Amino acid sequence: MANIFFDHISTTPIDTRVLEAMMPYFTERYGNPSSHIHDQGQQALKAIDAARTEVAGLVNAKPEAIVFTSGATEANNLAIKGAAEAWGRKGKHLVASEVEHFSVLNALLPLRNRGYEVTTVKADSDGKVDPDDVRKAIRTDTVLVSVMHANSEIGTIEPIEEIGRIAREREVLFHTDATASAGHIPLDVTAAGADLVTLSAHNFYGPKGTGALVVREGVRLESQIDGGFQEMGYRAGTENVPGIVGMGQAAKIASEEMGEWSFRLRRLEKRLHDGVASSVEHLHFTGHPTDRLPGHVSFWVEYAEGESLLLFLALHGVMAASGSACSSNLKGRDEEDLVASHVLRAIGVPSDICTGSITFSMGKGNTEQDVDQVLSVLPGIVRRLWEMSPTYLDYQKKVLRGG
Amino acid sequence: MASGPYSAKVMDHFMNPRNVGEIEDASGVGEVGNPACGDMMRLYLKVEDGKIVDAKFRTFGCGAAIASSSMLTEMIKGKTVEEAQAITNQHVADALDGLPAVKIHCSVMAEEAVKSALDDYRKKNPA
Repeated sequence: MANIFFDHISTTPIDTRVLEAMMPYFTERYGNPSSHIHDQGQQALKAIDAARTEVAGLVNAKPEAIVFTSGATEANNLAIKGAAEAWGRKGKHLVASEVEHFSVLNALLPLRNRGYEVTTVKADSDGKVDPDDVRKAIRTDTVLVSVMHANSEIGTIEPIEEIGRIAREREVLFHTDATASAGHIPLDVTAAGADLVTLSAHNFYGPKGTGALVVREGVRLESQIDGGFQEMGYRAGTENVPGIVGMGQAAKIASEEMGEWSFRLRRLEKRLHDGVASSVEHLHFTGHPTDRLPGHVSFWVEYAEGESLLLFLALHGVMAASGSACSSNLKGRDEEDLVASHVLRAIGVPSDICTGSITFSMGKGNTEQDVDQVLSVLPGIVRRLWEMSPTYLDYQKKVLRGG
Repeated sequence: MASGPYSAKVMDHFMNPRNVGEIEDASGVGEVGNPACGDMMRLYLKVEDGKIVDAKFRTFGCGAAIASSSMLTEMIKGKTVEEAQAITNQHVADALDGLPAVKIHCSVMAEEAVKSALDDYRKKNPA
């Protein structure tokens, strides 16, 4: 059976060069960077500072701007809650797009309960946020605007430079969650005018458990974890030295090789896109047709439920993701979690005919053979589900009647 | 073969669903669920002398929904109308060696489908 990983948007395999760079920091170089009076501590401190420089280089930030965290979720929480709390005297209003990741949307919830107001900005049918809508949403008491760089589910890249410009004009902080994009497409946080940027190592061939918040010089944030004085006071706790070293190495590799990866991935993306378009009827692509992550192909199919599609794909050794009604929240607490993805709803996908989308996200290890293998099984899987579906039967009868 | 969150039984019925199809001259048809909620099941029954002699289904839904539908048709074939009426979602879930907690509603859909099809049968065949 094939073993094809088309779910790089959920995570990426660690690059062996990254793992090699990390290994000594589990064994012989075990020092604590805060205890740097001796050699072990010194080595650790130098290692995380070198990583800081590499990560800063990936996004054109200053090394001092990099605050390492346990991952993107913590970075988003620090950005949203940290900014809201630090700037609460200026105002208690925040702006976020409706297609943000849960770690942004759900970080806003406790703030609402504490008297903050949140304006949600809509996305169009391609998943794009209109900078003008952001402009209109900003009030005199707005402290922060949060719009992601790229959407993981539908691949759309947002116009962050324009949004950043508007935020600067209106003197509000701009946060962008670059979890899905950093290391895959160029990101210049200085040009984008971003005050706060979320990064995740395991999304660009680095280790899980390490991320960063880029904090532009002079931006005050309330720390969300109290303790020692690590990470310039923004984030207490002994640093995850091996993870940070890994993130630095992954950032270095991505800076050097991203262009090559994305050139290849664009070709694979076109092959997969054109292949499914010509072989599967009733298929609707999601996300922006051109402003999208390289190697990202997402769509939904009428009369075929998302989780069933994914399960059959998995049985053929093809691993993909879904923003499906039933699948992505399988570990949810109750059936409330089984609603269609907020992103699909936001872009106006009709919920009566679509309960699940498929996201194929390819990575640097994928090949044309992988694409062809997926194309060889997908049409048969869709037909099989249609043959079981009462809604497809009704559609066929309608066609036969000439309706 | 178990896959992801599902038991081997669920996967067997998902991969090889029993009794998919329609019955043209069905004695009773039940339709429950709604594609907007993620699943929909249509159940056809053929009843002779108070006994279910055939059952077919079509389902739009996740793996658990398809497996629950398939298992239900297996369970009710050969049963009397009264016996089929007594089938609960728990029976269906148990027969599948259990379902993940958030998928219990799929077995509920199967129970509702058989009750709805039997209601239709009784409407067409008043005692």
